[in-house]
Amino acid sequence: MSTHIVSVYDEDLKYLTRRISEMGGLAEQMVAESVRALVNADLALAQKVISDDTILDEAERQIGEKAIVTIAKRQPMAADLREIMGSIRIAADLERVGDLGKNTAKRVIAVSSASLPRQLARGLEHLAELALMQLKEVLDVYASRSPEKANSIRERDNEIDAIYTSLFRELLTYMMEDPRNITPCTHLLFCAKNIERIGDHATNIAETIYYMATGAQPVGERPKDDTANTVGAIGN
Amino acid sequence: MNMMSEAAVEKALDQKMNAVPFKMIGKDVSVYYGEKRALFDVNLNVRENTVTALIGPSGCGKSTFLRTLNRMNDTIDNCRVTGKITLDEEDIYDPAIDVVELRARVGMVFQKPNPFPKSIYENVSYGPKIHGLARSKADFDQIVEQSLQKAGLWNEVKDRLHEPGTGLSGGQQQRLCIARAVAVSPEVILMDEPCSALDPIATAKVEELIHELRTNFTIVIVTHSMQQAARVSQRTAMFHLGNLVEENDTDKMFTNPDDQRTQDYIMGRFG
Repeated sequence: MSTHIVSVYDEDLKYLTRRISEMGGLAEQMVAESVRALVNADLALAQKVISDDTILDEAERQIGEKAIVTIAKRQPMAADLREIMGSIRIAADLERVGDLGKNTAKRVIAVSSASLPRQLARGLEHLAELALMQLKEVLDVYASRSPEKANSIRERDNEIDAIYTSLFRELLTYMMEDPRNITPCTHLLFCAKNIERIGDHATNIAETIYYMATGAQPVGERPKDDTANTVGAIGN
Repeated sequence: MNMMSEAAVEKALDQKMNAVPFKMIGKDVSVYYGEKRALFDVNLNVRENTVTALIGPSGCGKSTFLRTLNRMNDTIDNCRVTGKITLDEEDIYDPAIDVVELRARVGMVFQKPNPFPKSIYENVSYGPKIHGLARSKADFDQIVEQSLQKAGLWNEVKDRLHEPGTGLSGGQQQRLCIARAVAVSPEVILMDEPCSALDPIATAKVEELIHELRTNFTIVIVTHSMQQAARVSQRTAMFHLGNLVEENDTDKMFTNPDDQRTQDYIMGRFG
């Protein structure tokens, strides 16, 4: 796309893009570290994730402020306006991703005292790998602004949902086997939910990018395979 | 509740807008100033009781097109218009058409407020007088009051109707010119950058007025302010180098236009 007649306007937009990419990188790192801290019972790493969250929060605030000032100053139209509104939304999603990583990190202490079956940790790791891959790809799509790729990410969120549901069942089984598992497994349940939510935020971001690129909302319902909310109900 | 699909919503909106009848139809309109061609086969229709904004960079032909709608171009010596323009299906370039009567039906407000060097009252009553729209003093009084009311100026000037119109502030003068245009009960009002000489408060008042006038009149406005076009109009037409580039619903035009040139222009990306 050609540049603006007023070149500082381009600088304003570039600032937003750059800060979003930075936020994305940090959010990714926080999620990866929080899961690693959980699996390895690494309290120091968990602590680092918790303190990193303030950086992410601050970045979101700065992006919001820049966006407001740019709207006031430049009265953006069409693709520029969508770009700026999209930045605000994506920054909010990434900030939430950071919060979810932080929440997982906070549970490390509670879970680390119990010995976890290796298999369960692997299940969580696998879930996290998928969520992180979604996040990484959606950040790549943010850089390329390809509406087709944004759509394909959106279609894939149900993989994460399916694994989350099976993990949910597994955790229930452990709790039924031995009531002493209930405390750590409940924490793990929350961790799994946190990671599953990251997939949802990646999907949100994909939808925002699609809108930024095309000016239209993606068509059709989001694919869902999250049946954990009915696990244990009669007939299931 | 059943959510309408996006396509269905768009279709419903289209139908709603498409149901509004055309007040004026421009077909293959071309304008030449001597040898120079200023407009190239423009097909643009103006919907009834709708504000249509014409936008585009300087020299793109938007004012030229506006002036063809009440044959203002007739006043320019070497100007020639081809194609067809109708008002309520009547060809306005038909030799049998009385231009003075046409301009009473299609009124105009200019960029710079240009009140006559007469009293406020006479500025408004002049049109009805030459068109023979009123006879008695009471009739004129009523037209003057109603027109000034419609132009949102009555309360500010009712105690000094016989003072000169030129003594008003710029914004008031422009609203006086709108009152003058409204006084002959036109069907269409053309506005050529009506706010470009006004401060933001006077501009807001004129915009508020355009919004109200829409219920009684069809309005076509040329503006250089994209924000103004976005605020006051329901339909927007984008001109570039004498061509009509795109005509669309204003909301669509300023969020997701179809044409790349529109996109570049409204985003300030023309090189």
